[in-house]
Amino acid sequence: MNLTLKVWRQNGPDDKGHMETHPIEGVSPDMSFLEMIDMLNDQIIRAGGDPIAFDHDCREGICGMCSMFINGEAHGPGRGVTTCQLHMRSFKDGDTIAIEPWRASAFPVIKDLTVDRSAFDRIIQAGGYVSVNTSGNTIDANAILVPKVQADEAFSSATCIGCGACVASCKNASAMLFVSAKVSQFALLPQGQPERESRVLRMVEQMDKEGFGNCTNTGACEVECPKGIDLSNIARMNRDFLKSSAKSEN
Amino acid sequence: MLDSKTPEGPLADKWTKYKDHIQLVNPANKRSIDVIIVGTGLAGSSAAASLAEMGYNVKAFCFQDSPRRAHSIAAQGGINAAKNYQNDGDSVHRLFYDTIKGGDYRSREANVHRLAEVSTNIIDQCVAQGVPFAREYGGLLDNRSFGGVQVSRTFYAKGQTGQQLLLGAYSALSRQISKGKVTMYTRHEMMDVVVVDGKCRGIIAKNLVSGELERHSAHAVVLATGGYGNVFYLSTNAMGSNVSAAWKAHKKGAHMANPCFTQIHPTCIPVSGEHQSKLTLMSESLRNDGRIWVPAKKEDAEAIRKGAKKASDISEADRDYYLERRYPAFGNLVPRDVASRAAKERCDAGFGVNETGEAVFLDYASAIERYGNTEANIRGLKSQSQAEITALGKEMVKAKYGNLFDMYKQIAADDPYEMPMKIYPAVHYTMGGLWVDYNLMTAVPGLYAAGEANFSDHGANRLGASALMQGLADGYFVLPYTIGDYLSKDIRTGKISPDSPEFKTAEAEVQSRMDRLINNNGTKPVDYFHRRLGRIMWDECGMSRNEEGLKRAIQAIRSLREEFWKDVRVPGAINSFNPELDKAGRVADFLEQAELMCLDALERRESCGGHFREEYQTAEGEALRDDDHFAFVSAWEFTGDPGEAKLIKEDLVFENIELKQRSYK
Ligand SMILES: Cc1cc2nc3c(=O)[nH]c(=O)nc-3n(C[C@H](O)[C@H](O)[C@H](O)COP(=O)(O)OP(=O)(O)OC[C@H]3O[C@@H](n4cnc5c(N)ncnc54)[C@H](O)[C@@H]3O)c2cc1C
Ligand code: SF4
Ligand code: FES
Repeated sequence: MNLTLKVWRQNGPDDKGHMETHPIEGVSPDMSFLEMIDMLNDQIIRAGGDPIAFDHDCREGICGMCSMFINGEAHGPGRGVTTCQLHMRSFKDGDTIAIEPWRASAFPVIKDLTVDRSAFDRIIQAGGYVSVNTSGNTIDANAILVPKVQADEAFSSATCIGCGACVASCKNASAMLFVSAKVSQFALLPQGQPERESRVLRMVEQMDKEGFGNCTNTGACEVECPKGIDLSNIARMNRDFLKSSAKSEN
Repeated sequence: MLDSKTPEGPLADKWTKYKDHIQLVNPANKRSIDVIIVGTGLAGSSAAASLAEMGYNVKAFCFQDSPRRAHSIAAQGGINAAKNYQNDGDSVHRLFYDTIKGGDYRSREANVHRLAEVSTNIIDQCVAQGVPFAREYGGLLDNRSFGGVQVSRTFYAKGQTGQQLLLGAYSALSRQISKGKVTMYTRHEMMDVVVVDGKCRGIIAKNLVSGELERHSAHAVVLATGGYGNVFYLSTNAMGSNVSAAWKAHKKGAHMANPCFTQIHPTCIPVSGEHQSKLTLMSESLRNDGRIWVPAKKEDAEAIRKGAKKASDISEADRDYYLERRYPAFGNLVPRDVASRAAKERCDAGFGVNETGEAVFLDYASAIERYGNTEANIRGLKSQSQAEITALGKEMVKAKYGNLFDMYKQIAADDPYEMPMKIYPAVHYTMGGLWVDYNLMTAVPGLYAAGEANFSDHGANRLGASALMQGLADGYFVLPYTIGDYLSKDIRTGKISPDSPEFKTAEAEVQSRMDRLINNNGTKPVDYFHRRLGRIMWDECGMSRNEEGLKRAIQAIRSLREEFWKDVRVPGAINSFNPELDKAGRVADFLEQAELMCLDALERRESCGGHFREEYQTAEGEALRDDDHFAFVSAWEFTGDPGEAKLIKEDLVFENIELKQRSYK
């Protein structure tokens, strides 16, 4: 396949940035999207240019590192896949493809397609854990029964990979889907109960501090989330948040 | 001769006794002691969190943008523990025995026993953290089986066990970061370790965003930097997995142990073309229920390769379930090294089933039917049609392995619910790594290695679901004790200065190597060299090895290394975000370490586990060990040239297990 790529170039957070056009030839449909970018970078380097910087690591949809906004969609066309799992067979010969970074003020650009998502780490640090120290004497793992349905649901919420596609897809750049996934995981498990109220308050507070926008229930995040985290997580978090803030005001 | 510092006494009491007799550091003193942890995978995150909880000041480093993205996140199938919840005869001793045998009797008894002992604590700890393991309807934890064992001791969270365990450790780490007990340095790469007066006292790190070098001092340093499978270019490892941290430590005096022991995993998605940048694992858990086969007749295999026939056209009688045929006792669940060699043997003999001839089938048809029938019974559905049973079966298989099947479909563009998957072995894990004693300390005092970065527990072949167990054992339950014992002698040392000549020299050396790379003005990108190195390693130091090939490889690697330094082109500038420069540094290290791997493979004149020397095999083509001459750990000391390393032996003494030829028949 022969394609035309329009790629965002930006040399640091303060640079204005621009789109740059690169024709590319001989792309195989079996290539992954990132392998296609590898090929482009190979061309650029051999020609003496500066390759496109992008984040990636596992290349199998689990580390959450890859993050490209392709033709106006986070992680490109196709549902339930990350950029690294997108294959070139999703495109046609002659296509023009626009590639941009996640855009959100809470995710400043480092270079080109690489952004800084450390805000997510700080939200987890605010309360995304169960306060239990390492010890060889915690209770036996089977001492507390957890109904399978509940365990499965907690697991589904816990599969969030922290990629930030939800933020990138939201017109308000809200991080509600990401935060609610972690809040839900613990809200659904017995181990998460003791800190349930303080956790949601602290995580939401940090989220607001980081400059993420408000949620107006457009549902765009759910559509683009590669892991199928759904809006019921947000609903659960909202309920917990209301309950907890009412209590803390008393 | 190396001293493993294994405590005296009966095997089962060693660890308890050791813990009872170590020196402790009181809480006030802990506050004035700094520990650096490089790596935030399972081993690093768990160590950082635990040491911080104990009161030490911890600095943790990772090259990704968040500790949660370490390669451990990709682990799929599960984690072992001797809980015996299934009441199928499991015990600490059995896990110990399986691991030693699985490793083909090339690991240290005392370490492996300790691993088996603490395995049960890991599961308790993770559940307490809120790790959502798979459960049965009754609410108890569920288990599955992995290769090389006859019990069900693997705990799992669908096909995302590594993710869930790492997120557990990451949350524990995050909690300590929020308390200020851990300072986290993301997008930082360790460039060298610093040794002062014979002790490791810190590291030189590079801030990957600004490109600046930083000096960090500490009383002890832990490397939990993962494995080096990417020396083969194509592997199931994440793109950034590297040997650099371990290699730098090696050059500063730490020994590399058994570097040639590489695990080639039998079930991965086959290579599809030249552009391939990595390979994808299909979890071993799939061998629980899937059956592996190739056509029994060559003409059928040829027809399949040409696209003239499909798997479903081959009748049951014309299929060769070669693992079940050769190893009736373990069948599809033989250990990885055995399964990989068997696949290669069939494909080399002309029975491969894809265009390249390098693939075998992994078939779920009979599992779908079995699950369908069971589920129909559970739900009390009688007289179901075949189609309904199949549909039920697919539903059950989906619940167990859904994400793996989706991943396969995405990559191979083929539906594994309808057609058997095509799989082939790929590089997956490195049993070799930094030599450590019982305390997980390398040959450099104060420098520790944990997780896949050390060589400690898996001998010549690792059993499935045991890497996660080892990483968390090292980090949660071993290092917190052993490091304390060492640090107890350091309570009066005071702060370590990062301005000593040793730090300055180390920094200058790192700087000059980066300068050299950037100013090289060659013509070819880094990947060009990495790909070629991978080819050499896969051909000559992969699933089977021989003397001639290894000697050839050593020459080829030396000349490729020269060519790299003459002709590599690294774009961009030094003081900037420059991923190509970072990659160049890592590949330069692979180009050195690869030579040592081949040397190690050459010197080990026996076959054991993943190390298969063609010259040493039984009449049936099984690995032929030579316990009289090779029951030792090969620890290599750096002497100035990677290929001139000095071999130091640690004899392996087996007091509790009888050495036998491994049989899975
Ligand atoms: C696809 C796949 C599936 C697997 N499935 C299983 C399974 O089901 N069960 C099982 O038991 N095992 C499994 N394994 C093996 C297991 O995942 C790994 O062996 C294990 O996770 C390694 O953990 P670790 O903590 O040692 O290192 P890693 O998780 O690799 O972490 C390395 C850390 O070191 C950092 N680092 C590396 N170099 C540097 C440097 N120079 N400077 C700074 N930081 C650095 C990285 O940033 C990272 O944080 C699997 C492996 C793969 C590839
Ligand atoms: S909720 Fe979905 S889109 Fe958002 S960070 Fe998690 S996985 Fe990514
Ligand atoms: S590179 Fe890991 S999710 Fe895409």
